[in-house]
Amino acid sequence: MSTLTLRYEVPGDDFTRAGEASSDVKRKLKQLGYNPEAIRKVAIAMYEGEINMVIHAGGGEATVDIDPKQVKIVLTDHGPGIPDVGKAMQEGWSTAPDNVRNLGFGAGMGLPNIKKYTDELRIDTKVGEGTSLFMTVYA
Amino acid sequence: MTVNEVVRILNATVLVEGDMETEIKTACGSDMMSDVLAFVKDQALLLTGLCNPQVIRTAEMMDMRCVVFVRGKDIDESIKNLARTRDIIVLKTGYRMFTACGLLFAGGLRGECEEK
Repeated sequence: MSTLTLRYEVPGDDFTRAGEASSDVKRKLKQLGYNPEAIRKVAIAMYEGEINMVIHAGGGEATVDIDPKQVKIVLTDHGPGIPDVGKAMQEGWSTAPDNVRNLGFGAGMGLPNIKKYTDELRIDTKVGEGTSLFMTVYA
Repeated sequence: MTVNEVVRILNATVLVEGDMETEIKTACGSDMMSDVLAFVKDQALLLTGLCNPQVIRTAEMMDMRCVVFVRGKDIDESIKNLARTRDIIVLKTGYRMFTACGLLFAGGLRGECEEK
């Protein structure tokens, strides 16, 4: 299997569609016969990232590179950026408004959970310009 | 216990059918999908009072087999349709969360929660 690259637009105006890209990646990894534990880690980490993009940044783009050894996911948005990444990585710290909590999210577990389920994580962010998450999950 | 037994214990309505003899060993109850994604491991059944499509998406990401909506809420057709495409069984019970969890626990279902 050579590298398979998947690209998605994550719409920012429709909460009900958040997770469609993660769902598609999960299905493709299953079809490829990928290791189930790696599939689970990819699905959860990417889904958290997608939800974050919809909640905080008005959507964005996702690129996923799959090869036999690893899955690399890049999520890029053009939202407000993260002023304090250290705080955002703390469990329970969230800037999500009440309406997002009413939808079952915004408990301040998104980025910590992404870190938990990825083998490598880098966050590039600039206030006023946007955020990119670079995640890697080993097979 | 099987999904059929869950239906019987909770006097539940089946909204989306699947393999009703699917064996369920562990469950969790939460209205916060963030917490389900963060703390749940290897649970096959989710009880929730939250009614939006992200409940089904969360169950899908966590490889759950069955979702039970508590408190007798009306469930939108879009939620049921999404569950059908993801092969997730959907039930609805009139019991509230605490009672529904208690009845299933008394019936032998466990949470396998790790104390934090």
